[in-house]
Amino acid sequence: MIHSLFLVSTAGHIFLEKHWKSVISRSVCDYLFEAQGKASAPENVPPVIATPHHYLISVYRDRIFFVAVIQTEVPPLFVIEFLHRVAETFQDYFGECSEASIKDNVVIVYELLEEMLDNGFPLATEANILKEMIKPPTILRSVVNTITGGRELRSVFAWSVAQGSGSSNVGGTLPTGQLSNIPWRRTGVKYTNNEAYFDVVEEIDAILDKSGTVVFAEIQGVIDACVKLSGMPDLTLSFVNPRLLDDVSFHPCVRFKRWEAERVLSFIPPDGNFRLMSYHVNAQNLVAIPVYVKQNVSFFETGSSGRLDITVGPKQTMGKTIEDVVITVHMPKVVLNANLTTNQGTSTYDPVTKVLVWDIGKLNQQKVPNLKGSLSLQSGAPRPDENPTLNIDLRIQQLAISGLKVNRLNMFGEKYKPFKGVKYVTKAGKFQVRT
Amino acid sequence: MSSSSAFNDEKGGSSSVGEPEYGHDPASGGIFSSDYKRHDDLKEMLDSNKDSLKLEAMKRIVAMIARGKNASDLFPAVVKNVACKNIEVSPPRPSRYRDISQTDPNQLIRASALRVLSSIRVTIIVPIMMLAIKEAASDMSPYVRKTAAHAIPKLYSLDPDQKDQLIEVIEKLLADKTTLVAGSVVMAFEEVCPERIDLIHKNYRKLCNLLIDVEEWGQVVIINMLTRYARTQFLNPNANESLLEEGGEKTFYGSDEEEGKEDKVEAAALVVKRKPYVMDPDHRLLLRNTKPLLQSRNAAVVMAVAQLYFHLAPKAEVGVIAKALVRLMRSHSEVQYVVLQNVATMTIKRRGMFEPYLKSFYIRSTDPTQIKVLKLEVLTNLANETNISTILREFQTYIKSMDKDFVAATIQAIGRCATNIGEVRDTCLNGLVQLLSNRDELVVAESVVVIKKLLQMQPEKHSDIIKHMAKLTDNIQVPMARASILWLIGEYCEHVPKIAPDVLRKMAKSFTNEEDIVKLQILNLAAKLYLTNSKQTKLLTQYVLNLAKYDQNYDIRDRARFIRQLIVPTDKSGALSKYAKKLFLALKPAPVLESPFKDRDHFQLGSLSHLLNAKAGGYQELPDWPESAPDPSVRNVEVPEWTKCSSREKRKEKKVEKPFYSDSEGESGPTESADSGNQSGCVCLSQPVNSSPDSDTGSGSGSGSDSGSEDSGSESGSEESEGESDSEKDEKDKRKSGKKKAKKTAPESEERIYVSFCVALLLKCSFPSPQAASPTCGPLKTYELLHRITGEGLAVTYCFSRRPFTGDPHMVSVQIQFTNNTEVEARSLRVLEPKLQSGMRIAEFPEIDVLPPGEISTVVMGIDFCDSTQAANFQLCTHTKKFFVTIQPPVGELMMPIFMTENEFKKEQGQLMGMNEITEKLTLGEGCRGDHVIIQRVISTANLSRVPCGSAMECRFAGKTVTSGSLVLVTVVTKEERAAQVTVNCEKMLIGTMLVKDILQALSQ
Repeated sequence: MIHSLFLVSTAGHIFLEKHWKSVISRSVCDYLFEAQGKASAPENVPPVIATPHHYLISVYRDRIFFVAVIQTEVPPLFVIEFLHRVAETFQDYFGECSEASIKDNVVIVYELLEEMLDNGFPLATEANILKEMIKPPTILRSVVNTITGGRELRSVFAWSVAQGSGSSNVGGTLPTGQLSNIPWRRTGVKYTNNEAYFDVVEEIDAILDKSGTVVFAEIQGVIDACVKLSGMPDLTLSFVNPRLLDDVSFHPCVRFKRWEAERVLSFIPPDGNFRLMSYHVNAQNLVAIPVYVKQNVSFFETGSSGRLDITVGPKQTMGKTIEDVVITVHMPKVVLNANLTTNQGTSTYDPVTKVLVWDIGKLNQQKVPNLKGSLSLQSGAPRPDENPTLNIDLRIQQLAISGLKVNRLNMFGEKYKPFKGVKYVTKAGKFQVRT
Repeated sequence: MSSSSAFNDEKGGSSSVGEPEYGHDPASGGIFSSDYKRHDDLKEMLDSNKDSLKLEAMKRIVAMIARGKNASDLFPAVVKNVACKNIEVSPPRPSRYRDISQTDPNQLIRASALRVLSSIRVTIIVPIMMLAIKEAASDMSPYVRKTAAHAIPKLYSLDPDQKDQLIEVIEKLLADKTTLVAGSVVMAFEEVCPERIDLIHKNYRKLCNLLIDVEEWGQVVIINMLTRYARTQFLNPNANESLLEEGGEKTFYGSDEEEGKEDKVEAAALVVKRKPYVMDPDHRLLLRNTKPLLQSRNAAVVMAVAQLYFHLAPKAEVGVIAKALVRLMRSHSEVQYVVLQNVATMTIKRRGMFEPYLKSFYIRSTDPTQIKVLKLEVLTNLANETNISTILREFQTYIKSMDKDFVAATIQAIGRCATNIGEVRDTCLNGLVQLLSNRDELVVAESVVVIKKLLQMQPEKHSDIIKHMAKLTDNIQVPMARASILWLIGEYCEHVPKIAPDVLRKMAKSFTNEEDIVKLQILNLAAKLYLTNSKQTKLLTQYVLNLAKYDQNYDIRDRARFIRQLIVPTDKSGALSKYAKKLFLALKPAPVLESPFKDRDHFQLGSLSHLLNAKAGGYQELPDWPESAPDPSVRNVEVPEWTKCSSREKRKEKKVEKPFYSDSEGESGPTESADSGNQSGCVCLSQPVNSSPDSDTGSGSGSGSDSGSEDSGSESGSEESEGESDSEKDEKDKRKSGKKKAKKTAPESEERIYVSFCVALLLKCSFPSPQAASPTCGPLKTYELLHRITGEGLAVTYCFSRRPFTGDPHMVSVQIQFTNNTEVEARSLRVLEPKLQSGMRIAEFPEIDVLPPGEISTVVMGIDFCDSTQAANFQLCTHTKKFFVTIQPPVGELMMPIFMTENEFKKEQGQLMGMNEITEKLTLGEGCRGDHVIIQRVISTANLSRVPCGSAMECRFAGKTVTSGSLVLVTVVTKEERAAQVTVNCEKMLIGTMLVKDILQALSQ
């Protein structure tokens, strides 16, 4: 399966390598650099590259290439999914997944990789199990470690040696998560405040054309949970209108049979943060587009200039305010600068990346935000053919745009009364207006 | 293992020469600042007395290795720490890990020790590893067994010669019933012996049923393997309908019309021939059990199920995967990339499936280029008469994109839509012609290339477009586009008789500055014009040919020489020049614009090979459906263990025998006792003559397939030991005794199995591999647990099935049979409050919910008797009553057979002398003549296995106690008359004494 892993920064610096079988020279990454040179942006590097002796499967995340070296047939998605899992684990452990944080925690990174893959085959990828074996770094622990000489080389192997020799040098409990039928939850969880929060987050993916008509729109949602409950609670979450959900995918803890039969989510939750489900709301239902956009971007044939005029206003918001509205426009290469005025928020144009960002903030009914002004083009260059697209970002608190509503949350298996909360948010996903 | 890799001496890959950036990387933290020159420091630190310093040094070494530095010169210093007391620093020692992996009471530690051991890549430890793996494969903890499965590919890559032994372990682990093991062992199977599909038969249904609870990575591996399996075992569900329908679908492509018709005819013929298709229930089981996994959060699992459905499901059901795949389009761009590749392949075969999701493939300006191109591919494949106008409108916006590569791809896509859908050909052509005035040269060039292809389909209608393009030669500089225009003008010079010579004139002027492909096309144009219009172009052609004659490129010089010879008539010009016109101006077929994803589905979807469209190393071909389905009964698991024989031959033999016993087919009662074993000979023997009048035909047919002689049974039975030495007289005795035995207990289905086993043995003429000693078979003694009067209608009996108890090898498995003689249902039968001696343990049977009146139910429970004959007391409960019951094991049931050679036996016996040896003399009983009877009686008394030996006077048996594994060795020596001597060697004296008593009793009867 996975033979080796290289972590490469965008600058082409290989800052970590790990081999599960024999050592493969890091020169194999040259093929990646070659592809990177051809691609206009790091995102455009093909995820699978065939080299004479190996195959490179890479994902690009947080400005790092995670490059897995493969020697034989393996489903590419298997590797890609795993690499993303690695990145998520780093994120979870170090708060961010960056070159600096990985370098700072190189020993933990090595331990994690060793436990996550055994001989190239995924072994323990559940954060819950990993955290039992390898503790995430904390300030307190790093202080303690510097004083006592450190305990970081702690892994299951250390455990085995410790136990085998009868020494009690390594304290704590054994990682039992791997043994249970519910590997995502460890036993003996205890909290003084038992609480369970659920965030219903919906994203609108839409393409609007020049005149503002909807070319394509759909709603994708997720339910993220933060569950801090003692013991082994068994939760049941039901919806007022489960019929809205067209296509769903679940965390492995959800009992699929009950969903099929009763349309309720029944599960023993993992401890802490996790994504309970993601869903898709039937595209046939009309999607309420919360904003309208009027825009006019044009370039003149003479005089190397152009004009830009954008107006945004609220529409179908069900009484809620739209916040954090940001409009991003990738301008054609020939646009040198923009001279714009606005009646709300701020606008900036970066002449290097050719990106115009208009940060509007809250939309209110009375005053409609407007941005207009002129664009100066490179002199002598022909008028650009293409018109830029507008990417819109927004957020509506306390509203799930599809109308999905959680009915109730019941808990079985434990006696205490947990504190429960549900929050709804609507965001713009890939929301584009063509011009 | 982070510490152990520090001294991995295979680290030769990267140079030991320090890289300059290493020392002064400003971003690197404390750990990274250590310089290669300072290895001495590290050595000093490792040699110091302080653990903290050592740890620090180790950490730095890990950091070095992480950056690909060679740390091998630190190896000795690290090894010194083997003796270090701080356990966190000390690296592993193989033998120690083996001990831990076998003896530690904690399963996690056993597992980890095995993991460490198997991660050491040194050939010397192969035998140790093999032993440890074998041991772990029968560990009672599923987690340890999982680790054993993980270790198999490691050992295999270290020493491929171990393959046969590893396959045995894999076979054993495949039979495991826990979800934890399933994924890992299938992974090992795929790495070591993917061709041994026969190992899967028995486990197929179990794997299907476990699938949903296996961890996600295991699911992917299992689903991919089962896809391959199903392709070899089931019939094509689409064999009948799909051929017809596909033919119908194809007619959308104008050019394929005739082909389609042919297909239809063929298909119709096929349909007539074929019988109506009925799906194998196992095939259905697989489809049903994988479907929920489409809802997995793991994209790899979803893709695996999708490909399974695509390759295996009836056409009408494949549609369910579309929604899930479209969902994955929301995921990371890498996931999208792979999914789109597969969707592109699927859309060619099954377009209807994705049509409702057309809009999900619309392209956003922020998509990476490779995603855009793939989406375009999918949109093109999905285009048909009804949606083409929507798609073309969408394409129009794409053409305005800033990403020029994408625009070029869009133009190609438009061209493909135009060739596939005749109705829009003119619209597309007009649109493309408009693009010719685009400001971007790349766009224009691409359009020219596509227009050229389109025009070739109906040139006569479009001479104005050709004229328009001729004008473009002044402006367009992209060689490919210029070449295309020139080719067009040359090819259709009759349609533009005035312009063509003028274009040639211009080209002749610029000839020397053109690219090679353009030059070649100029030559072509010149030749064609010379042939059609030599009056105007003769001189021009001569000029161009002369220029080409001195060109730097030899291809062009060659072409010029060739053309000159061919078209310019000279005295010497051969017969060919007559045909020059035919050669150059032959009608050329229009190009077919095909999807690059056409026919990619011969690769298993979702695989790396599919993605690359080239076979990757280790790729397992997806087999074609079989013409007729192989025997589905191979997947039946009710049949006893020995049918799991590994070679195909044997299975075939079994098939052959079947019809002979078809009368007893219906009865599939509990067949617990029927297990394989070298020692089963005596039981086999008893069969041919048993009870019923049919028995003669039974034996006749059984042996008839090979030897045909009457004493075939005896041969097979005694082959290993004394074989032919038996006299005819013995034969009769044996028959008699056999008769008795058979009447006693063996149920009919068992008989069937014994006989078929005999046949299998005869055909094979040797015993199955003696390596793994399996429990000996013999008629089981049944004991009463609860009489039906005391039990108020509920009768309970038990017997010792002599099979290893699954889940815990230290338990004796007890098979309990409930019979409900009452008129009412007995509910919730279960074990309650076991009262056990210290150390004894009990694994309760799963509760029986309902036992209807008159019904019989059988369950298995495990009891660890701690190698004592103390009884296990517990209560048996129904929903109304409780009964106190007791199970007391005969001493012979406290052991399990092991296989030994005679030498090993003698060696072990030598170590168990003195106090551990008990010898008794006896006189053999009336019916106890001949070794077969002796063997059979000893084996029915104690669960031992026969040790092959050379002497006719001696019989030896070996076993070990179930709990502690102490050896039990039994020797029976027969002497003159009916005198005999029994010797038992056993570490546990009590057991030895009791066993001698039991054997004496059995033999003197």
